[in-house]
Amino acid sequence: MAEITPDAGCPSGQSTAQDLARTETGDVVDERLFIPYVQTRSNGNFAVDLMISGAHCAGCMAKIEREISALPDVQVARMNLSTMRLNVGWRGTETTANSIVSRLDALGYGAKPFDMQLEPLSAKAELKSLLKAMAVAGAAMANIMVISVCVWAGFDMGEHTRQILHILSGIIALPAVAYAGQPFFRSAWGALKNKHTNMDVPISLAVLLACALSIYETIHGNPDTYFDAAVMLLFLLLIGRYLDTRLRLRTGESAQRLAAMQASNASLIGDDGSITTVPASLIKPGDLLLIAAGERVAVDGEIIKGRSAIDTSIANGETLPAPYGPGDTLYSGMINLGNPLHMKALAVAQDSFLSEISNLVEAGEQKKSKFVRIADRAARAYVPIVHSLAFLTFVGWLMAGGSLRTASLNAIAVLIITCPCALGLAVPAVQIVASGRLFKKGVLIKSGDALERLAKIDTIVFDKTGTLTLGQLKLTNASEIDADMLALAAQLARGSRHPIARAIADSAGDGPIADNLEDIAGEGLRAKLDGKIVRLGSASFVGAKAHDNIRDDVQVESWLKVGRAKPIRFVFKDVPRMDARDTIKALSAHGYTMELLSGDTADMTAQTARTLGLKNWTGNVSPRDKLAHLTALKSAGRFPLMVGDGINDAPALANATASASPASAADISRAAADIILQGDKLSGLVTALLTAKDAQKRVKENLSLAVLYNMIAVPLAISGHVNPMLAALAMSGSSILVTLNALRLARH
Amino acid sequence: MAALLWLIPLALSLGAVALTAFFWTVKTGQYEDTKGDATRILYSEDRPIVDEDDLG
Repeated sequence: MAEITPDAGCPSGQSTAQDLARTETGDVVDERLFIPYVQTRSNGNFAVDLMISGAHCAGCMAKIEREISALPDVQVARMNLSTMRLNVGWRGTETTANSIVSRLDALGYGAKPFDMQLEPLSAKAELKSLLKAMAVAGAAMANIMVISVCVWAGFDMGEHTRQILHILSGIIALPAVAYAGQPFFRSAWGALKNKHTNMDVPISLAVLLACALSIYETIHGNPDTYFDAAVMLLFLLLIGRYLDTRLRLRTGESAQRLAAMQASNASLIGDDGSITTVPASLIKPGDLLLIAAGERVAVDGEIIKGRSAIDTSIANGETLPAPYGPGDTLYSGMINLGNPLHMKALAVAQDSFLSEISNLVEAGEQKKSKFVRIADRAARAYVPIVHSLAFLTFVGWLMAGGSLRTASLNAIAVLIITCPCALGLAVPAVQIVASGRLFKKGVLIKSGDALERLAKIDTIVFDKTGTLTLGQLKLTNASEIDADMLALAAQLARGSRHPIARAIADSAGDGPIADNLEDIAGEGLRAKLDGKIVRLGSASFVGAKAHDNIRDDVQVESWLKVGRAKPIRFVFKDVPRMDARDTIKALSAHGYTMELLSGDTADMTAQTARTLGLKNWTGNVSPRDKLAHLTALKSAGRFPLMVGDGINDAPALANATASASPASAADISRAAADIILQGDKLSGLVTALLTAKDAQKRVKENLSLAVLYNMIAVPLAISGHVNPMLAALAMSGSSILVTLNALRLARH
Repeated sequence: MAALLWLIPLALSLGAVALTAFFWTVKTGQYEDTKGDATRILYSEDRPIVDEDDLG
């Protein structure tokens, strides 16, 4: 029971505690949990992918691989230390999965099955093809450069030799451009078809024109070709594109891993009344489930049988449990505090509350997807200017009496030299560095544009339960209780998974468990210790009376009665996260306006706001009200950051300018949030906001550098002084400058 | 000058070999766990090059 609080920074804490609790109740890691995920290979062998928790270093990896490979029948065990996934292949029977998982458990590592269907195959394939395109462009560039150096050095090279070398460059460049340019051509074509422009339009145009011009010049035996510039452009841009895609894949995988680690199991009631434990992801609508006392509801469903007190904070933010009975709907993440319940799993569409929430979330996400990234905004301003400049150059040279060839040569030179090469690297380079820095601090940023939106934030709206507070009960009057009495209560409490019992056990620390413990559902615990009957539970259970100091203010309480002595009162509260106060102080020092919006009662909300030093608070807020409040803030010209964890926060999270969730949040909220704060800490929020601002500053610097470079290069191109060597130098030089500027961010 | 006629094709085909090798590394997923692969070599267990049974 000592492991109830998840280890800070370790997403596995919670699941391990659950598994341990299961083991304590004799319900050893169930092989049936893993069997559905076992894949059968064509040769009749089996394989499974497991998410490993608790492994941190290469030593863990070596130990796991060695020990699992040593199991009988196991043919291969390979762990991916980047994704923390262990792939095991074996021959024989499916049930070997069980011994693999038990062995991992014995080694001290937790394992959860990974659903291979969730593998982001298309993103991985895209990354691989970008890597190959980059290699092709790089190899072609290097080879052409070697030839170009010869041409530029010249010496006494004859015209024919030069032409042969140009032809050779063309033979290398054209297939390379056709292969490596595809990501840009496709994206540019897609944008043009929808009558937009994006950065890929001028890129594609520059590359294609450079190639066309070079072919023309080669055929006519003229001195200058741009094959090297075209390929180098693609190479540099592909670096940016690759980094950007890899960032998205990595963060996507991390988010998926978080979800998988928190996936829970459910107890399925069969037709014959038998109970099987299965992964929640395999539950179908209509399945009958048993929700034991103290258990977290794994899927949404309707109560069929039983009445109980339910901790509903995940759905509506209320700290106090509410009574639920047949016909009421339970949401995944709620906790059953009292009696066992029978529940029928529901499909999302069947339930008005949840489908309304998901509609609101979807609407918000659509609005968010219209957010234009700074690089594209720059491109929108940039493209028309560049294209008109090229056109004017063409017309200008004709009017000044230049030949058609000179005019088009110079116009194309303008297009090549203004190709947003540095622009393509300016943003991804910074975002990679920034999100890598945040990742180390336990903050997961889901996308580059989330970072851009985060930089604009000026107002922060917090949810209360589970966000500013831990969403877990803590014993608050331990100082008023005799140490002996607390130890006695803990002996009873350690035998139960009820949140109140856990709070007592936590407060008392490790110790013995009472032997003859009775768990009276919905009432409390009873045991005989030292010849006396000891009861721990509700006021009515111990027979506490008005004169025993029962107060009617809102709080969770429990009573201990030893023999015939006067009952002792235990008071519990959902306490703020350790660093909530400091975080809020730091944020207000940085000039952010903050407020608290909670679905909990006004009293509870006010109390938390006071403790944490928040001046603005509103209680009793419905999900729709939260959304309305954020919309109001936005239309007042503010840029709100929503921080929340509950199902009721999801619409607000999706509609805010940017949003954050703790890792313990409900699935729908975690999916809607832009950043996920891992561990029990809120302080990652400060780091995230400051890093985003830093990154934005760096991005703007980079864009200015790119503009500055153009201001120098464009007049040269217009006046016809740009040759291929100058174009190549200017482009690679500006790209390196921009990348170095981005890397400065990593040094903080 | 005649040297170019065979040196350039040779250089290009060497480049092509390297590129093919790179494509192979991508295809076999050698960039999927750079963190693990970097350290795995340090922890790989040593096995006798010749099986002890064969020596007997």
